[in-house]
Amino acid sequence: MSGAGTPGTGAGAPGTGGPGRVTRTGALPPAPTAPRSGPTPTSASAHEPYDVTVIGAGVVGTAIARELARHRLRIAVVEAADDVGEGTSKANTAILHTGFDAVPGSLEARLVREGQRRLAAYAAECGIPVERVGALLVAWDEEQLAALPALRSKAGRNGYDRTVLLDAAELRAREPHLGPGALGALEVPDESIICPWTTPLAYATQAVRSGVDLHLNCRLTDAGPAAPGAGPRTLTTSRGELRTRYLVNAAGLHADTVDRMLGHDTFTVTPRRGQLIVFDKLARGLVDHILLPVPTALGKGVLVAPTVYGNVLLGPTAEDLDDKRATGTTADGLACLRARGARILPALLDEDVTAAYAGLRAATEDDDYRIAPWPDQRYVTVGGIRSTGLTASMAIAAHVTGLLADCGLDLGEPGDLAPVTMPHLGERFPRPYQRADLIAADPAYGTLVCHCERVTRGEIRDALTSTVPPVSVDGLRRRTRARGGRCQGFSCGAAVRALLEGHDRLETR
Amino acid sequence: MRPERTVDVLIVGAGPAGLAAAAGLAAAGVGRVEVLEREERAGGVPRHCHHGGFGARTFAGLTGPGTSGPRYARARVDAALRAGASVRTGVTATGWAGPLTLDTTSPRGLERLTARAVVLATGARERPRAARLVPGSRAAGVYTTGELQQAVHLYGQHIGTRAVVVGAEPVAYAALDTLRRAGVEVAAQVTAESRHRATPWRAAESRLRYGVPLLTGAAVTELVGRGRVSAVGVRHRTGLLAQLSCDTVVFTGDFVPDHELARRGGVSLAPGTRGPAIDADFRTDIPGVFAVGNVAHAVEPAGAVAAEGWRAAVSVRRYLLSGRWPSVVRGV
Ligand SMILES: Cc1cc2nc3c(=O)[nH]c(=O)nc-3n(C[C@H](O)[C@H](O)[C@H](O)COP(=O)(O)OP(=O)(O)OC[C@H]3O[C@@H](n4cnc5c(N)ncnc54)[C@H](O)[C@@H]3O)c2cc1C
Ligand SMILES: Cc1cc2nc3c(=O)[nH]c(=O)nc-3n(C[C@H](O)[C@H](O)[C@H](O)COP(=O)(O)OP(=O)(O)OC[C@H]3O[C@@H](n4cnc5c(N)ncnc54)[C@H](O)[C@@H]3O)c2cc1C
Repeated sequence: MSGAGTPGTGAGAPGTGGPGRVTRTGALPPAPTAPRSGPTPTSASAHEPYDVTVIGAGVVGTAIARELARHRLRIAVVEAADDVGEGTSKANTAILHTGFDAVPGSLEARLVREGQRRLAAYAAECGIPVERVGALLVAWDEEQLAALPALRSKAGRNGYDRTVLLDAAELRAREPHLGPGALGALEVPDESIICPWTTPLAYATQAVRSGVDLHLNCRLTDAGPAAPGAGPRTLTTSRGELRTRYLVNAAGLHADTVDRMLGHDTFTVTPRRGQLIVFDKLARGLVDHILLPVPTALGKGVLVAPTVYGNVLLGPTAEDLDDKRATGTTADGLACLRARGARILPALLDEDVTAAYAGLRAATEDDDYRIAPWPDQRYVTVGGIRSTGLTASMAIAAHVTGLLADCGLDLGEPGDLAPVTMPHLGERFPRPYQRADLIAADPAYGTLVCHCERVTRGEIRDALTSTVPPVSVDGLRRRTRARGGRCQGFSCGAAVRALLEGHDRLETR
Repeated sequence: MRPERTVDVLIVGAGPAGLAAAAGLAAAGVGRVEVLEREERAGGVPRHCHHGGFGARTFAGLTGPGTSGPRYARARVDAALRAGASVRTGVTATGWAGPLTLDTTSPRGLERLTARAVVLATGARERPRAARLVPGSRAAGVYTTGELQQAVHLYGQHIGTRAVVVGAEPVAYAALDTLRRAGVEVAAQVTAESRHRATPWRAAESRLRYGVPLLTGAAVTELVGRGRVSAVGVRHRTGLLAQLSCDTVVFTGDFVPDHELARRGGVSLAPGTRGPAIDADFRTDIPGVFAVGNVAHAVEPAGAVAAEGWRAAVSVRRYLLSGRWPSVVRGV
């Protein structure tokens, strides 16, 4: 699709050198001669290195790139996969946490709390679907019921004091389809659901439009030695070399590997798999809140939650593995989830399953994020972002920007970012197929291609011509929901693929 | 807001069932009969079944060859149009705005249509991989027959080199035909059942002439592969485990009714099929709402479904004349 040096589309930040590049193939192009980001263009000589390079285009790496793009800097993001958010960021439970149950006083607790506020505001501004549905921690036995008051005071210590204790009758009034035996609950009214796919895409889109270069299909293989003084280091990637003054490691599951390239051996990532089942939209009426289990020594347990697209999620499992590529589901995992689901929401199991998937949490030896500056190397490690990274992403980005400054990066005054409006994939607002105004202006928004998810040809075309376009059916699905419904392509799969592959006419024969 | 319109009978779905009902009703002169079809072309599933065998008639114990799916589809559309029905393509019924009122979306805009009777003929789909809870990798190269047929026959897309076909209903043999046409070698056909469910001739042809091994009593336990499927794991009922290497997997049959519109309209479902519960006159438990064809039961040959459509037309017409609806709809 987009070859080497394909320029991003859309306006650059005001007063700068325009948008950055999104590249997927070929040798890496030289860094831009002038910083594209920031408020004032400067004259710089050719063959300058990047000021900052971020390894990893997950939700954390893209958030960092976006935050840095406010400043007059040359920035690159280097990502091994062919798209943004292809790692853990595409496969999570999609909850925007309040942080009510974090470890009080931890870095994670602070960044989740702050990240939640930042992301909720950002989502409203640029069209990332969020629904404040609230959570209920449901107690299924006396021991769990007895644990609720302590969770309530823990929430208080995390600065969250809006929890409410509910008795069995109040709980049932809120969730009439709950299985028998629920004794009570702790209500957390501000727990929200969010679109995990739009979030990193919004960050990446805004970063690129504000001048950041995004190099995909580009794996870092060697970080080279730090040059003396303020000189740049040379990174080796699968697409050639790249010079950079500062380096940020946001490599998710591989943050330990990248850290070792820089000579640090302070933590090891152990992938903790979480398998999930997605139920069809006809199940959405069964549940109004995020139904959380009361946490036990064994972890957070299995939840049932609506999604912003109107599905219902059941999961995740928690399995410690040693293979960082083990993103498959297993018969045991799915059976275990169904058994849990049968207790929580019995009617759920009668509904169709539209997908099953697994994500890997980047767990480490530690119970907290592993974010560390290495001023001598002009390098920041952002590791161990396990199960809350979507929520905390913007706060992590602000924190890391501060650490880069502590390492000597001259940020200068921040400027404005190029604006972004993302296509709204959620069900809370009218979708394009429901909008007479859009269809009147462009009939492509009245031409349904994916019937289960009601995705129009106009939306698919927009995604294919966006700043960071997809190159795979899955990438297109994450941008539009096309082919993501109950029929899994029985009706629309071939038509969606034809559009992705650039065939203009439906049914060419 | 939405432009509103009324018609006499609104039929959702222009497959063999909906088209036959439309032809019957329009021929009987019940007034304005309108068929809504969400695809760009009317005809339903036969549109993409390029094999023969559609509308085959049996005379004196001999079954004729029938015709190809697309030709059959066109003939059904023509018959409905000739009878005077209006068949509107590219129009999706998106939901209900009243007991007999449907909202629609098309490139021409939004509409709200009220009818004296509504016939749901929305068809069925094959159960895809995820709904079968087949674990493993989410690699590409996984199809249903419906998608495979459209990919090959309507778009000429590249499929792969070596396939495993899951299922042994007649539709599985249609998938084998399509794979052959696309030049894909078939490693094996697997079914958890103890035998195939096609005609002996079809099954024998596949095995003997085309050399496709059929593994019975074998359940698919997982999909393997990174990016693209590389194998499927199967477990034989004897407990034997094996991996069949392939880059394409086709899940066939195991039909589920497309009941979304029925359910959103509050129509009760039959517990077994999960299609709308209907009586012998195709009546659901919502007065004025009928259901016919694959949406109401697992697949039958298109000819049988079309015959149902004709009979449904008779029931709908009787209702339009009498206005009578039973207080309890007894399932058949
Ligand atoms: C089951 C599950 C449920 C979760 N639920 C929630 C939730 O409800 N709410 C929430 O806030 N969080 C949740 N999380 C956590 C959240 O998904 C993660 O914290 C977040 O996605 C981490 O983002 P990341 O950018 O650090 O990692 P990733 O998304 O994994 O990104 C890292 C990127 O680095 C790239 N990379 C790695 N090595 C290299 C290299 N050498 N060169 C170039 N690129 C490289 C990878 O390809 C990858 O794209 C959940 C996680 C899981 C697994
Ligand atoms: C792969 C395959 C192979 C087959 N091979 C044969 C064969 O060889 N011989 C044979 O006799 N039979 C065959 N059949 C069976 C036959 O095709 C079906 O029995 C027949 O098509 C059923 O007709 P129907 O009208 O009930 O549904 P369908 O043909 O499925 O038509 C339903 C129509 O409703 C439309 N629709 C659904 N929802 C909406 C909505 N909300 N708004 C507007 N439109 C909507 C759909 O787009 C579709 O066009 C095959 C079936 C399959 C799946």
